[in-house]
Amino acid sequence: MLHPEEEWRAHLAEGRFMLQRSRSTGGYVFYPRIAEPGTGADDLEWVAASGDGVVHAVTIVRKKDPADSYNVVLVDLAEGPRLMSRIDDAPPEKVVIGLPVKARILPDGERLKDLSRPLLVFVPA
Amino acid sequence: MTAGKGFPTAATAIVGAATYGIGACPGVAAIDMAAQAALLALADAGIALSEVDALYTSAPYEALGGMELAEYLGIVPRIVDCNRTGGSAFEVYVQQAALALAAGLIDCALIAYGSNPASNPPPGVGMTRQSPWEAPYKPLAPISSYALATSRHMHLYGTTRRQLAEVAVAARGWARLNPEAAARDPLTIDDVLAARMVSDPLTVRDCCLFNDGAAAVVMVRADRAADCPRPPVRILGAAHAVTHREISSMPDLTTTGAAISGAQAFAQAGLGPAEVDLAMLYDAFTITPILFLEDLGFCPKGEGGRFVADGAIAPGGRLAVNTNGGGLSCVHPGMYGLFLLVEAVRQLRGEAGERQLPHCEIAVAHGNGGVLSSQATVILGK
Repeated sequence: MLHPEEEWRAHLAEGRFMLQRSRSTGGYVFYPRIAEPGTGADDLEWVAASGDGVVHAVTIVRKKDPADSYNVVLVDLAEGPRLMSRIDDAPPEKVVIGLPVKARILPDGERLKDLSRPLLVFVPA
Repeated sequence: MTAGKGFPTAATAIVGAATYGIGACPGVAAIDMAAQAALLALADAGIALSEVDALYTSAPYEALGGMELAEYLGIVPRIVDCNRTGGSAFEVYVQQAALALAAGLIDCALIAYGSNPASNPPPGVGMTRQSPWEAPYKPLAPISSYALATSRHMHLYGTTRRQLAEVAVAARGWARLNPEAAARDPLTIDDVLAARMVSDPLTVRDCCLFNDGAAAVVMVRADRAADCPRPPVRILGAAHAVTHREISSMPDLTTTGAAISGAQAFAQAGLGPAEVDLAMLYDAFTITPILFLEDLGFCPKGEGGRFVADGAIAPGGRLAVNTNGGGLSCVHPGMYGLFLLVEAVRQLRGEAGERQLPHCEIAVAHGNGGVLSSQATVILGK
């Protein structure tokens, strides 16, 4: 049996953003699971994501100090699945729906136990 | 039974309804409040506690709350349900209770809920965990999820922050006519627009209250309902749809499962939106009534923002929406769905005081749970 989340994180830790794809249906799957949603196809294999996407929806979480505010986005991947992420290296006014973006992996920092690292984010393409 | 409709239309009715402790209810446990509301609803129905043989509740802090409330009340129900579809659970309970009553499995259903998070803050550990696929990006739960859907609606349909503000101002207008509502001071469009931004484009005034409250309703079959002291409110349709759990998996951010549940419930009732006198639409955030007006068919997709403009859902507007003041201005103790049903009952019975609609024959109560995840629609009639 696949170990979906564990295997995905192991790939990410080695610098690879992977998606699952069903051999029979060709459908891409994210987040990782043991079968494709909707069909139940369990012939999933890991394939490298292109890393290309487009911002689908955006919000800015406001903090007292505007400098601490941050964006939260949904990204439509070129392969089809949608995921939650963050856009780095862009001023807030540039993070808009329709913005083409490219995946970036923030590597392990000092806090190796922190589930948020390594972290998949996006930057303007 | 007609294929695909699947509901015993008008075979059951709500015969008792009550709220308790709305706003602030300090010094007691949540279950005390649920029990108090239950006893008030039973008294309203003229039915003894000992006659209750089905119990439906969603305890705010206790996963096994159904059994807990049965024990507290000292009853031995044949059905106990404590479902976890968030604020929509109570509309789902009406559906399930109607089916069980019509089948003869039970004779008297009690749906009850109490919660006082304002007076008695819940412990830090909740009954849901954060998604590992969303938590690292630190969205505020649940507002950022609704904000993402709102951003999409604004992008696709030109919905404006002013139109969102109309929803909050309309709710406040109704709340000012309801002595039970918690927030009754004046509120203007400019107040909402100038309020503190929490998660763009939603300000603190686009968010529902987080206060105390309890409610209960009692359901029996139509033949028994005719003997109860208050006018019965018939259940004409009830349907449910779940499309996702987390916002990143919502199939379409601007179309909710209400499009499914609403169409089915209206078909069961043999009615359409044009025949609805009162729309009780779960308003966790200002975007939600806009989405539900569209998905339930009160206006075309994308037109919800323009539909609510110019006071159209405020007192004196073209459609009465959330006449108790809603989750935005009356009460929202975490799960609001039961309060929608109680207000619908009060309006249909003609008990709504200063905010009573002059003509109220048909009402819809639409519940929302999770992050637009669970949608349940109940059609009620005199």
